[in-house]
Amino acid sequence: MLELVGIEKVVDVEPWLTSVDLVLERGLNVLAGPTLAGKTTLMRIAAGLDTPTAGSVVANGEDVTRRSVRDRDVAFVYQEFVNYPSMTVFENIASPLRRRERLSSSELRQRVGEAAELLALGPYLDRRPDELSGGQQQRVAIARALVRETSLLILDEPLANLDYKLREELREELNRIFVERDSVVIYSTSEPVEALTLGGRTVVMHEGAILQVGPAVEAYHRPATSQVARVFSDPPMNLLRCAVRHGSIVLPGGIEVPRPGHLVGVDDTEVILGLRPHLITVADPDGGALEVGGELLLAELTGSATYLHVRSGESGSLIAELPGVHSHSIGEHLHLYIRPESLYAFAADDGRLLASPDQAVLSGG
Amino acid sequence: MRPSHVNAMRRTWLLVYVVALMLPIAWMALMSLRPNQDILGSFTWWPENFSLDNYRTIFTDASWYTGYLNSIQYTLLNMVLSLAVALPAAYAFSRYRFLGDNHLFFWLLTNRMAPAAVFLLPVFQLYQNVGLFDTPLAVALAHMLFNVPLAVWILEGFMSSVPRSIDETALIDGYRFPRFFLRVFLPLIRSGVGVAAFFCFMFSWVELLLARTLTSVNAKPIAVTMTRTVSASGLDWGLLTAAGTLTLIPGALVIWFVRKHIAKGFALGRV
Repeated sequence: MLELVGIEKVVDVEPWLTSVDLVLERGLNVLAGPTLAGKTTLMRIAAGLDTPTAGSVVANGEDVTRRSVRDRDVAFVYQEFVNYPSMTVFENIASPLRRRERLSSSELRQRVGEAAELLALGPYLDRRPDELSGGQQQRVAIARALVRETSLLILDEPLANLDYKLREELREELNRIFVERDSVVIYSTSEPVEALTLGGRTVVMHEGAILQVGPAVEAYHRPATSQVARVFSDPPMNLLRCAVRHGSIVLPGGIEVPRPGHLVGVDDTEVILGLRPHLITVADPDGGALEVGGELLLAELTGSATYLHVRSGESGSLIAELPGVHSHSIGEHLHLYIRPESLYAFAADDGRLLASPDQAVLSGG
Repeated sequence: MRPSHVNAMRRTWLLVYVVALMLPIAWMALMSLRPNQDILGSFTWWPENFSLDNYRTIFTDASWYTGYLNSIQYTLLNMVLSLAVALPAAYAFSRYRFLGDNHLFFWLLTNRMAPAAVFLLPVFQLYQNVGLFDTPLAVALAHMLFNVPLAVWILEGFMSSVPRSIDETALIDGYRFPRFFLRVFLPLIRSGVGVAAFFCFMFSWVELLLARTLTSVNAKPIAVTMTRTVSASGLDWGLLTAAGTLTLIPGALVIWFVRKHIAKGFALGRV
């Protein structure tokens, strides 16, 4: 167990971490957040590579804040592939064992062999890292981190610099490995999808602070604040400022919609309504959806979806995510349909979650 | 103009340039293969009475060959000492931020801006008093004044191109610093060490003023021996040119070995 107590980090008068309290249990802990959220800084402090400006790091009840990383039981995988260029893959993986454990050469060969096998590096043991592809180089770095069962294992966006296919493959392997381990694993990612596929405990970070801690699915379905909803969602959740009155919601343009069931308990005030991009549609087969007209600003195509950025007179700018690849022309007038029962409601003052839609509604699309 | 003409022009100019550069060296090398009377007697390009007598004299006469041995001795000593001092210094400049680090780095470089003559008298006095005068170590130490800053500057560039995460990974893996530095870090900056050693060699091998002032008999370098060959019978042309030719050889050899590293150094902007 690793406890981070009141961690602050100030670099050149700029606060990189502001008062972080976090207890990391054995098993997988995923730090999720956009770049500059402070994930790397927090991990470096947890590992002992940096010291915090204030606060302390407690490992199994012992304060290790100022203890050098050399005297801790840590393994660290960097985002960029870090290996010893002048050593073979075998020597790279063997290096923590050689330095930390007294092993006979047959034991050493066996341990390195196991780690290499786990990451499919068997055929490359005699090569040097720069003779390998990026994915293989990162595998070497991961194998070096896994070859000893350290009490703390840290992976800083280990898959970020790899291509899509490799990432999927490695993620599956890592998932299996993390389950078998008896260590505190900290894994950071800037992609909410990755946090969701990995499972485990998710720590949502933003601008040097922790926003929410809990299972990934929980952070996704019931974001504690509107900020979590924006950060832990890709593309970010649409947020609209609205008023809630008696039986209805009043959108910025003045359109009144009857209040859906799950928003009944919300007080009559200003609220921020949240709307997931993939729940906006361009057709309304069942009827009953709220229609919003707007002008298309930008259509982004990803591999399997189309993101439409639409400016609408009534509600400002909205992003809609449509499954499949669609062609649209910029400036085109579009009708978007919003289902009121899929809306989140956040407090207008501090952004805390007031009401979230039924999960059945969300999964039903 | 057609490209072939441009190429021909380029080649011609290159040829003219190289010939102009090589002419004095070739002239010296050819002169060294002729006896003195021959040199003074006739103006010919190719030696008529070909002889290796000049070289034989240099390799057998102790007053000549000890000059080479002395020069080689203090040059190597200087290379080793300069690198031994510059490697840790460059590592510190490359890896740590400390108060005034930039100023210190610049101050180190300014040492090279002072002419050797400035240091001549104090160094001479000092070495005589501590008994270093007329030893290879004296010259090696005096040359460090110029070579250490240059070596630090070159090495710092190479070291800063090695990501810091390698240092950290070694620390995480459990390396102690000396082992990390020798086994992991040094192999990564091999080129830099080669280039720095080369520049130390160049300076130390060629430098005359300090080397002459700080030695008298026992550690007299070859360059000094060469400047003292004016005898009552005039200049000994044959011997001088032979000695000069021999002096060029170590430099040529060293350049041959480090030429690839130097190219890398240029790419890093530090040579």
